[in-house]
Amino acid sequence: MKSTRNAIAEMRLQIMWNRLISVVEEQALTLVRTAFSTSVREAGDLSAGVFNIAGEMVAQAVTGTPGHVNAMGEAVGHFIKEIGEQNIFEHDVYITNDPWKGTGHLHDFTFVSPAFHQGHHVGFFACTAHVVDVGGRGFGPDANEVYEEGIFIPIMKFAERGVVNKDLINIVKNNVRESDQVIGDLYSLAACNEIGERRLSEMLTEFGMTDIENLAQFIFEHSYDATIKRLRELPKGEYTNAMRVDGYDKPVDLVVKLSVEDDSITADFTGTSGPSPLGINVPLIYTTAYAAYGIKCALVPEVPNNAASLRPFKVTAPTDCILNAQRPAAVAVRHVLGHFVPDTVLGAVHKIVPDAIPAEGAGALWNIHLSARPTAQREPDGHALVRAEMLMFNSGGSGARPHLDGLNATAFPSGVHSMSVEATEHVGPVIIWRKELRDNSGGNGKFRGGLGQVVEFAAAPDHEFYFNAMFDRVENPARGRNGGEAGAAGKAYLNDGTVMKTKGRQFVPNGARLTIELPGGGGFGSPDDRDITMLQSDTLNQYTS
Amino acid sequence: MKNELARVGVDIGGTFTDVALEWKDELFSTKVLTNYTAPEQAIIDGIEQVIKKAGIGLKDIDSIIHGTTLATNSLIERRGAKTAFITTKGFRDVIEMRTENRFELYDLNIVIPPALIPRHSRFVIEERVNAAGEVIQPLNATDVERVVDTILAEGYESIAIGFMHSYLNGEHEIAVRNYIHSKAPNISVSVSSEVSPQIREFQRFNTVCANAYVKPLMSSYLNRLMGRLKAEGAHCPVFMIHSGGGIITVESAAEFPVRLLESGPAGGAIFAAYIAERYGLNRVLSYDMGGTTAKICLIDDRSPKTAKTFEVARTYRFKKGSGMPISIPVIEMIEIGAGGGSIAAIDSMSQIRVGPHSAGSEPGPACYGRGGENPTITDADLVLGRLDPHGFAGGSFILSEQASQNAIQQHVAGKLQVEIDTAAFGICEVVDESMSNAARMHAVENGKELSEYTMIAFGGAAPLHASRLCEKLGINELIIPPGAGVGSAIGFLRAPVAFESVKSAYIKISAFDHGKVNAVIEELVKEAGKHVYEADPQAEITMALTAYIRYVGQGWEIPVELPIKEYALADGTEIKNKFELAYKQFFGRAIDYLDVEIISWSLRASSELPPATRSAFSTDITLAQTTASRRLFDANLGEFVQATVIERTAFAAGSRVSGPAIIVEDETTTIVASSYDAIMQNDGCILVRAKKVSAENTK
Repeated sequence: MKSTRNAIAEMRLQIMWNRLISVVEEQALTLVRTAFSTSVREAGDLSAGVFNIAGEMVAQAVTGTPGHVNAMGEAVGHFIKEIGEQNIFEHDVYITNDPWKGTGHLHDFTFVSPAFHQGHHVGFFACTAHVVDVGGRGFGPDANEVYEEGIFIPIMKFAERGVVNKDLINIVKNNVRESDQVIGDLYSLAACNEIGERRLSEMLTEFGMTDIENLAQFIFEHSYDATIKRLRELPKGEYTNAMRVDGYDKPVDLVVKLSVEDDSITADFTGTSGPSPLGINVPLIYTTAYAAYGIKCALVPEVPNNAASLRPFKVTAPTDCILNAQRPAAVAVRHVLGHFVPDTVLGAVHKIVPDAIPAEGAGALWNIHLSARPTAQREPDGHALVRAEMLMFNSGGSGARPHLDGLNATAFPSGVHSMSVEATEHVGPVIIWRKELRDNSGGNGKFRGGLGQVVEFAAAPDHEFYFNAMFDRVENPARGRNGGEAGAAGKAYLNDGTVMKTKGRQFVPNGARLTIELPGGGGFGSPDDRDITMLQSDTLNQYTS
Repeated sequence: MKNELARVGVDIGGTFTDVALEWKDELFSTKVLTNYTAPEQAIIDGIEQVIKKAGIGLKDIDSIIHGTTLATNSLIERRGAKTAFITTKGFRDVIEMRTENRFELYDLNIVIPPALIPRHSRFVIEERVNAAGEVIQPLNATDVERVVDTILAEGYESIAIGFMHSYLNGEHEIAVRNYIHSKAPNISVSVSSEVSPQIREFQRFNTVCANAYVKPLMSSYLNRLMGRLKAEGAHCPVFMIHSGGGIITVESAAEFPVRLLESGPAGGAIFAAYIAERYGLNRVLSYDMGGTTAKICLIDDRSPKTAKTFEVARTYRFKKGSGMPISIPVIEMIEIGAGGGSIAAIDSMSQIRVGPHSAGSEPGPACYGRGGENPTITDADLVLGRLDPHGFAGGSFILSEQASQNAIQQHVAGKLQVEIDTAAFGICEVVDESMSNAARMHAVENGKELSEYTMIAFGGAAPLHASRLCEKLGINELIIPPGAGVGSAIGFLRAPVAFESVKSAYIKISAFDHGKVNAVIEELVKEAGKHVYEADPQAEITMALTAYIRYVGQGWEIPVELPIKEYALADGTEIKNKFELAYKQFFGRAIDYLDVEIISWSLRASSELPPATRSAFSTDITLAQTTASRRLFDANLGEFVQATVIERTAFAAGSRVSGPAIIVEDETTTIVASSYDAIMQNDGCILVRAKKVSAENTK
């Protein structure tokens, strides 16, 4: 039995842990509310967290995308090293979009700010968000080197002692499209850390603390113990899985070996295809995030993310591997392969804990970036001719679960929200004629894979558009599990029958319609075992015919 | 002069139907069990009890104001009409695809709530309006005939119609309705351009489907109620409370029953707003905690904060996104799964977790002795000395402290290897912390600083936890009003006749179209005014206009109050200035080089209420006379202290007790933490005030 004094002290630490999570949630919320970037405000493509003085992540907000899970966690260490401890002052703000030290591509900016309480440096706040544009070729996979993909800001000071670096702002302003919004987002990132720092200081005052080190140790201990306890229940050994996906111009094999030991699980991606000459390469920091996410979902979903709860998950890959792309590889759409990492890893986890892991799903989001342009020089009566850049998220079907059907048109592993069609049509001269479930696209099984969806686009009268395709699972559909069938493969075509490429920038003339049919999820278990009432419901509702 | 009108407020809740009668400035109230098969019966029973207390007859009642959770329950339990949904070809699955998102990222076995109207009951028609409100694909008459014939042949009881961009141009929706009525004049039809003319198809379609789904049920209930009241001899008009906190006619309510969702909680917020009005408080946080949930609402300038969309029927730990969105004007509240019956447990990290699972009223907390084995908040409160086992619910049954201790020992203390008291402290701290975090987040979302606020607490469990919440939030003043147990029903009596109309209409400030602005305002004034005049032809109407504005490129609009007037071309600048001021208040700094766009408009028309009698807080303070005391755990000090105990009825106006103290009454118990004092006010409110403030006041 613990003494009452110790027990109460421990209860207070739990309360402070809850409060600290609330502080970072508040930090994240500030960013969502003020961001200009569609993917931040609509899709929650951001991250926010608090770190101790050593740069270890103590708490992280639960936001829309697991891609930042521990990518940002590692980033802060790089900042401390490169800025230098002696150069850290109150009201400083640091910045980078280095794909290898941030979260995998130039579109993500990471901001780190030292947190001070009553004049003493007590830790750091960090946040990451996807901005509207970084110059270069725009958001697409067509570059051969990172230099073509936009402006690259190494780790440096965005503000020193509260004074913003105007030269940096000026350089950014002259290198990106939609510069007002991008700079607006940079200020939002800085403000979000500021809110975190203010709330932390209030919390320290309220609880009569001088720093967070003691609390951090408490959090680390409990998170680590809970994680390790679960790992020790697993049968030790090596478990492998391989999955083939489309890639850019040739198929990519994703191969993983999980080694389960007493206090760690290591995911080794040796055997995975080599790097691509185009922008689908993935820096290891992003691979690590999604691998850890996949394993955590299956084994320890309830333990919050922090340095200690993530420590047992180790990821390695050879340097000539597409999942460990080296500078200056092009990495702009690293999310496509990144989104397949969880399914790859889960296929191996299935061999550790059978009957708990879903079948494969559509995986990567079918993001589509549209650049709409007027075809006419002059304005016809009453209609404004406009240019617009639009980004839409569309989700295919997720894999069937051991006891449940897959989710229709729902993202996994990404956590993004789709945007309203009505709102999208207000942004630019595009008409979306159809966005609905794709019948018969879920893989059959005892439990059916989730349905994909069909989307049809056309430019408004007197307009045309280019689009950047970032599609996959057209050649390699999601496989079923335990006898379940594969989901339907994806398709992209024009109404005249022209088949479109799944990656890269392409043209859609005025009057043409672009249709994308998103892949469905794989089924789980033999279709012969499907419950009769579920079959009847499938037919009645035309999910299958 | 005394108010001679006899007015009755009736609130049908999940467990109880509350009735409050106000007559000649006196209040008579009662609680009867809600009757699920015949809700009107409980109303009649309750009214009979209060008129008996007052010594009047049914025929003497001048008006009845009614709020109900029946519509909400019908959505939660999916017990509504057989409903068909007609929509634009290509968009059959909007209400099923939702936002294509998982509201819990780490749960591989997540279940997304199914669409309210299943796919086989969703029908499509070729037609299309674009984002400018122009028809780009005419309504296909063959489709209309085919679809409507099928729906009528298949015996649907209610029909919802929702087409793309119909908030800009509803002509196709109306045409289809007209065709349906030419074939079946009596079938209930709801169209999205009338129910919720707001942009974002998922929210609008879901709202019109929900309206259609509950409409036959609510019409039939309201008809039965009116019939019963007449039969019993009550000939007074009946009004309904809507989710925005105003009164509408039964006819309006039957047409737009979706507006009745959350009317009970709205009553609670009006109740708190009325107390705020009486004390002239401009910054109030209302806190309502019952058996299963706690609700928190910001009340600035004596009117509850409203929003134009909310979520009902959350299915997953009250998590955002796990319910269904309803786009109608609503008093904005956050609701968390923390009530007296919420169950405590230990998670894999040896941390205490509380709720959202609740022991409800059956079996209830362990201490009720009705078979509940799990430790709840009420059990922890009992162990910490906050509840008197013999004084609960007016002493109607005795709480078992032993049962509470056993449950806490088995499920919490034993697992953590700590004393039972310490575990009980931990349970309460966890729940108090999660409620105060929710309040804090709500304040952040609205750009407010809670330390400037006064808390008004009501509901059975709130007064037990309120002073600890105030400590955590840095709030210095807390009011526990009398009658808090039937707060919503009393709130109904304080509600104005009011209606809020909302409409989406894009206007960029750089291309300010004052003609469009004036047309939108005219339409909103007409619609909102009509509903108010129908309920009260003599009403002196006041109107307030709010525009929802953002920087071009942002996704979240902030509400900006604007004057109602004839707008001119040059007025765009004035609107922009007002927006930037509001933006600064929310986020600290405006962004001066960006264009601004207005997305939606809302207009609230409301009758003038008779002014509340203003009171100032009593300052003439004598020490209250009491000798009783008992052991009470003080959370801030982290130890048991000896607390003064006083009956609320014996607590004289103008007198003070110093914390730690316990104020007991039949319906609840007020805990005064060591750092607070309690002062009884002339109107029966208890003012709980931080000692540091009291000390300053007496200097």
